[in-house]
Amino acid sequence: MAKVLMIHPDKCTGCRNCELACSFEHEGQFRPSAARVQAYTWEREGMSVPMMCQQCDDAACVTVCPTGAMHRSNTMANLVDWDAATCIRCKMCTIACPFGNARYDAASSSIFKCDTCQGAPECVTFCPSGALEFIDDEQHVRSRKKAYAAKFKDAFQEVS
Amino acid sequence: MYGWTGTILRIDLTKGKVKREATDVKMAHDYLGARGLGGKIIVDELDPKTDALSPDNKLIFAPGPFTGTFAPSAGRYEVITKGPLNNVIACSNSGGAFGPELKYAGYDALIIEGKAAKPSYLWISDDKVEIRDAAAIWGHDTPDTTDLVRAETDEEAKVACIGPAGEHLSLIANIMNEMHRAAGRTGVGAVMGSKNLKAIAVYGTGSVQVADPDRFKAAVMNARKLIQAHPVGGAGLKAYGTDVLVNILNQTGALPTRNFQDGYFPTADKIGGESLAAKQLVRPKGCFSCIISCGRVSKVDNPDYKGFGEGPEYETAWSFGADCGIDDLDAITKANFLCNEYGMDTISMGSTIACAMELFEMGAITAKDTDGVQLTFGNTAAMVEMVRKAGKNEGFGAKLAQGSYRLAESYGHPELSMTCKKQEMPAYDPRGVQGIGLNYATGNRGGCHVRGYTIAIEVLQNGAVMDPRVTEGKAGLDILFQNLTAALDSSGACLFSTFGIGGAELAEMLSALTGVEYSLDEFLRIGERIWNQERLWNLKQGYTTADDTLPDRLLNDPIKTGPAKGEVSHLDQMLPEYYSLRGWDEKGVPGKAKLKELALN
Repeated sequence: MAKVLMIHPDKCTGCRNCELACSFEHEGQFRPSAARVQAYTWEREGMSVPMMCQQCDDAACVTVCPTGAMHRSNTMANLVDWDAATCIRCKMCTIACPFGNARYDAASSSIFKCDTCQGAPECVTFCPSGALEFIDDEQHVRSRKKAYAAKFKDAFQEVS
Repeated sequence: MYGWTGTILRIDLTKGKVKREATDVKMAHDYLGARGLGGKIIVDELDPKTDALSPDNKLIFAPGPFTGTFAPSAGRYEVITKGPLNNVIACSNSGGAFGPELKYAGYDALIIEGKAAKPSYLWISDDKVEIRDAAAIWGHDTPDTTDLVRAETDEEAKVACIGPAGEHLSLIANIMNEMHRAAGRTGVGAVMGSKNLKAIAVYGTGSVQVADPDRFKAAVMNARKLIQAHPVGGAGLKAYGTDVLVNILNQTGALPTRNFQDGYFPTADKIGGESLAAKQLVRPKGCFSCIISCGRVSKVDNPDYKGFGEGPEYETAWSFGADCGIDDLDAITKANFLCNEYGMDTISMGSTIACAMELFEMGAITAKDTDGVQLTFGNTAAMVEMVRKAGKNEGFGAKLAQGSYRLAESYGHPELSMTCKKQEMPAYDPRGVQGIGLNYATGNRGGCHVRGYTIAIEVLQNGAVMDPRVTEGKAGLDILFQNLTAALDSSGACLFSTFGIGGAELAEMLSALTGVEYSLDEFLRIGERIWNQERLWNLKQGYTTADDTLPDRLLNDPIKTGPAKGEVSHLDQMLPEYYSLRGWDEKGVPGKAKLKELALN
């Protein structure tokens, strides 16, 4: 079974440990602007939402890539991988991604996108609130669905 | 440098000049950052006799070495200046993401000098620094100011600003960042207002470097594990916020009530963290790099006090609650939102209103003084109205905005101001908890709980147990906590991380991060150095041993009801021992041997 990164914005506290863990893992330094995940906060609403590559099955970044540098991984399921050697830095992937989850970093001349730390995402390890989960793709919405079903259950119990 | 950025930014608002200076490496090693490093700059550069609201005062914003890393709950910064409320060396600590952003922009500290000719704000984007016109922003509350400044700079900029209270030079004004986080106490917001500086916006794309990444990560994972396994750090604070303390302190008999006339509030449960979680909590929130999430995103639906924001903390629930004889949590939370918007200190505001209520009930002031308001204990609407008036500096509010000492003194009753060194005490009655009274009396910024939080041992039994009613051993406990906290503050860590970790874990993380080896002893010595540095500066400013005291009420009038009934503070039994253990003479002046040991002049 393959795994996917699941985001639960309702649990996010806005601490940005995900960004710190990501930049530390990939860059060996603390530089949120180089993280492949960003947690945005709306202070008036008191809400935060982490954003990272969703490893789309039908990925626009892969489709537009003229060299095949952005490709579905042969070795890992549910991973869109980026190959620095074949990439020509045309940045088409950053334009194509509707979520803004692929980004060009001028300082390192790289495309920054989530690579799930090759199957062991550090953001998940460091998230203190369960807002990020790396979970079997067969079950990735089960807890959310069941939590909502429980609300129905409670409502029905009250009227029956 | 590792941990530090190596650069300090000096901004002269009078001349409009910006200068970059190298961080003094030895100074950084000896004083860490934030409170320690900023304090050292104040000590070196600012005459203690300087008028706090004059252009000669300096206003420093400084993160610590941990700030911007994933050291758990360690993304804080400190505002260091001369505090106009009581002329002490001020160090106001705040969380959020402003401190880390300063580091990413490349700075260990901002030193702000002089006074801008007209309302201005600073825009710092990595190397680019601009002093900009704030004419259109002046007068706005802190959330609007934040939005307006972002609209003119960068939507992801982190903004620290003052509200109307700071503009009016209220002596209880805060500096607020990201709308809800406060650098409070001692009136630091008024210093910013006196410089015509409305806001500072920062955006950074740089990094914090680590000396030994593997060792740092291992130390961080260990610290995280300890905090997450702790019942307070790992669970209690997230579930109920700091307001969980209301019932605990009430059950100890040390919840100051009606301006410290009593130490027990029968309906305290209505204003505690459990009630807050049930009635108002939307979700918990964490500051940058936090794994505790004590922040409360909260909502009040009650049409009289409708609002949305963050809070209240324990101190706030107490100051507007028990201390004002009020058990209406909706009104308390509304007062908290207003303080955040106007940019005012909730402890000082609530305690000042409580003082006014006592003056009113004894007849020292009447409705003529209070703009027609019946300012009695328990009057919720009057309490909220007074916060508004203070925020706008209007009518009787202009008096409240100067804090309880000046208020009480102006009506001939300074003894009713529940302050130490003219700063309002927080929510732990020194008659019911002896050690915290000694900490208030010796506090380097006046009445304050976060210099040496002995409550952790005396009440919460965090790692050790000491009877709150006894005085034995409290001098040593206070000193240990004051030193540890001074070092912790200077590292960028949050005090709440000590619900899980201590000096040993902090020293290990700091060594791995900076590449400078810090033992636990050395870490504590840095704290002691910082404490003594602050003490010396305050003495030069004019403070003496006579100021190391508590209001007469706490020394002479026993608590009337509750578990601590009959208790008074026995400060006289603790203070001489405190001086002696500190290596100070009987007048509270650090001795030569101590100064030499700490490498202080």
